[in-house]
Amino acid sequence: MASQTSTPLEYSTHQNEMNILGFWLFLGAEIVLFATLFAGYFVLEGGTADGPTLAEIFVLNDVLIETFLLLTSSFTMGLALHQMRHNNLKGMLIFTVITLLLGAGFMYMEINEFIHYVHEGATLQTSAFTSAFFTLLGTHGAHVSFGIVWITMLIIQLVQRGITPVTSRKFFIASLYWHFLDVVWIFILTFVYLRGVLM
Amino acid sequence: MKLDEFFVTGDPIIFLSQIAIGLTIIGLVALISYLKKWKYLWQEWFTTVDHKKIGIMYIIAGVLMFFRGGVDGLMMRAQTSRPGLELLDGQHYDEIFTTHGVVMILFMAMPLLIGIMNVVLPLQIGARDVAFPKLNALSFWLFFGAAMLFNISFVIGGSPDAGWTNYFPLAGVEFSPDIGNNFYAIALQIAGIGTLATGINFIVTILKMRAPGMTLMKMPMFTWTSLVTSVLIVAAFPILTIALLMMTLDRMFGAHFFTVAAGGDPMLWLNLFWLWGHPEVYIVVLPAFGMYSEIIATFSRKNLFGYKTMVISIVAIAFLSMLVWVHHFYTMGNSAAVNSVFSVTTMMIAIPTGVKIFNWLFTMRKGRIQFTNAMMWSLAFIPCFTIGGVTGVMLAMAAADYQYHNTMFLVAHFHYVLIPGVVFAVFAGLYYWWPKMFGFTLNERIGKWHFWLFVIGFNMTFMPMFFVGLDGMSRRMYTYSESTGWAPYLGFSAIGSLVLAAGFAALVYNIYWSFRYASRDIGGDPWDARTLEWDTASPVQEYNFAVTPEVTELDQFWKNKKEGKNKLKKEEIKDIHMPSNSGIPIIMSVAFGIVGFFLIFEWFTLAAIFSIAIIAGLIASSFDYDDGYHIPAKKVLETERKWRGDL
Ligand code: HEM
Ligand SMILES: [Cu+2]
Repeated sequence: MASQTSTPLEYSTHQNEMNILGFWLFLGAEIVLFATLFAGYFVLEGGTADGPTLAEIFVLNDVLIETFLLLTSSFTMGLALHQMRHNNLKGMLIFTVITLLLGAGFMYMEINEFIHYVHEGATLQTSAFTSAFFTLLGTHGAHVSFGIVWITMLIIQLVQRGITPVTSRKFFIASLYWHFLDVVWIFILTFVYLRGVLM
Repeated sequence: MKLDEFFVTGDPIIFLSQIAIGLTIIGLVALISYLKKWKYLWQEWFTTVDHKKIGIMYIIAGVLMFFRGGVDGLMMRAQTSRPGLELLDGQHYDEIFTTHGVVMILFMAMPLLIGIMNVVLPLQIGARDVAFPKLNALSFWLFFGAAMLFNISFVIGGSPDAGWTNYFPLAGVEFSPDIGNNFYAIALQIAGIGTLATGINFIVTILKMRAPGMTLMKMPMFTWTSLVTSVLIVAAFPILTIALLMMTLDRMFGAHFFTVAAGGDPMLWLNLFWLWGHPEVYIVVLPAFGMYSEIIATFSRKNLFGYKTMVISIVAIAFLSMLVWVHHFYTMGNSAAVNSVFSVTTMMIAIPTGVKIFNWLFTMRKGRIQFTNAMMWSLAFIPCFTIGGVTGVMLAMAAADYQYHNTMFLVAHFHYVLIPGVVFAVFAGLYYWWPKMFGFTLNERIGKWHFWLFVIGFNMTFMPMFFVGLDGMSRRMYTYSESTGWAPYLGFSAIGSLVLAAGFAALVYNIYWSFRYASRDIGGDPWDARTLEWDTASPVQEYNFAVTPEVTELDQFWKNKKEGKNKLKKEEIKDIHMPSNSGIPIIMSVAFGIVGFFLIFEWFTLAAIFSIAIIAGLIASSFDYDDGYHIPAKKVLETERKWRGDL
């Protein structure tokens, strides 16, 4: 077992430091991106044009399950990173696979949720509200799906190469991305769903 | 879709353009094949990750786009040169002012500035390259693919026609059922992704790759402005991304973000567009400020006056630029209180801008001014830009704006800001940094022709627009009657635009002439300049610096020169690590282009199939572990000997 040095492996080269800083900046851009989507949603949430409102169609239970799945996946992602810091490839891979399964479960639930809405007569084309709603959620869902593919590719690279400065950096960045999606989801839960119930 | 809908037909001029485009492509392919240059182009340019070459490609593309946008401008001026002319019909005019605006801002100003930044920025901070060279290449190719996609619109499918601002509901399918505006939505989206990547790339480069000892307050002014511009890019471009996404969903997938009948809100588009659009004008003008600062200091033989206040004012301008977007639609039903707030924030921008103007003037005071071309452009910038600024403050007054909103007065104003603020700067920058790129200076005498024709033509073209604008001529009018009395003004303006065009032609001639005849024997530092980029050969060696320079103060290079300390020690030269070329960026761009094209034509199945290529490209680059190569110290030594003459 390698002992913990003062700087983690993913920060061990100058190029790695730059990649990680670059990714933080990218997340800054992502914050603006989602903030814009939220702003659009707030402007349009009343624009239901005789179509259904959120309170009329959504199933709290499903949303809570989605929340549970995604929050847990963020936690297991943290565990995977912890294993990486201890240079334990096997443990790292196990937790990563669990993370991906939870992520896939989230996507499964969300797709179900969308199908349910369509059955209730709420599609992208129904009203300004549904357009904004599906776009906000869809963008988040697309990000999660992208993350699943991305992290799958990283698993392959980890199996091929083990924990090296490069793979650890890539994995660290992917984990930042994954946590970020979790944070966005909490905002969606609060400002879209819970607010939708109250309104 | 039938063939005659696919190609734009029925207009002889466009038919001729189609033939000309076809022949040019065939001719180019034949010429390159004949000269057997494909391999050279592929290895040295298409797959390059060298920031200097990428910068040069940006500049070439930007100049070509300037030509395209300029022709649009000339056509508009020709159409309005006399009352009642029928050179262009209303629809055609609409398409031309739309493509003109988009091309000038996104495909001319942005690439020219980013191109110059690419060439200069790493050199100014003593770096070997940018932080992410491959991403840099991808940014360029995405921009280039997007520009090509946008440009084919006038021969294939039809051009967008709702103005570069693309206001809804006009830009929606109800009023613009043709696919023209799809070109806008998709091409800008692709270009925007590339720009965002550039912004991130430059921020990391500047923050993490400066030469040892170069603290933030010892950075050259152009580096500072590039940094602030990059931050603005990261803050503003995601807004455009989402606005365009909404537009795409509305136009192609039946969503209702902007349709009032279904609960949507066209004002959402206006707000998002200008939340990006206003910072965007500062994104293009700030780097220009940086260039002027470098050039004025160099050719006044003095250090920049008020360096600290310059830095503070750029940051202040950038900050304020995010807070003023409503001044673009004072007349669209805001409350008086809202208008007043935005009126005040807008006028506040004049303060830091004024500070900068005075700093430039004080830099020149008591300096030994050399009237080189680069300096001439900087000098012409100051009065012209001030006219633009003062008329901007006039427009900023909400109550008064009700009078001249959307008139030619506005068109005159923003050309007085954008042309001195961007185009003059690009010219100044090109004359100044040309030797860094190509190893010779542009001809100063032909340059003076370029200068005088362009500056005089510019004022002739746009000054009359202030007067017809105040007299009530609205923007985007394609014709007018004799009785308005505007004919003399607009006729004069049309003549001016020809003078302007002659100025551009003089630049092109200058480039041609200098390539053939200019002296190649100019050394590294032909202007006796102050900043680190002049500590390299001209043109710059591929590795930039044989030994990373060390910095203890602002204008280190100048100080070293005065103290005779610019010597290189042989023992210090080591092997230099370089990144490898990559074909992935250009291939990705082609994939983006194809997917974009199918999306524009709403052939969604094909678009979906080809997006697999994009994903494959991403996966390929994720699995790419190429770590670059080393230039051996011996070879570095040889190269350095050749241009320094000592060692
Ligand atoms: C070659 C010199 C140029 C000429 C002759 C020219 C002329 C014009 C004219 C006649 C218009 C349209 C007025 C109308 O709305 O009817 C226009 C609009 C515009 N121009 Fe230029 N222009 C030139 C250069 C530039 C440059 C360098 C830029 C930007 C850096 C620029 C940016 C714009 C924009 C953004 C619009 C607004 C387009 C719209 O209304 O949607 N132009 N120009
Ligand atoms: Cu503005």
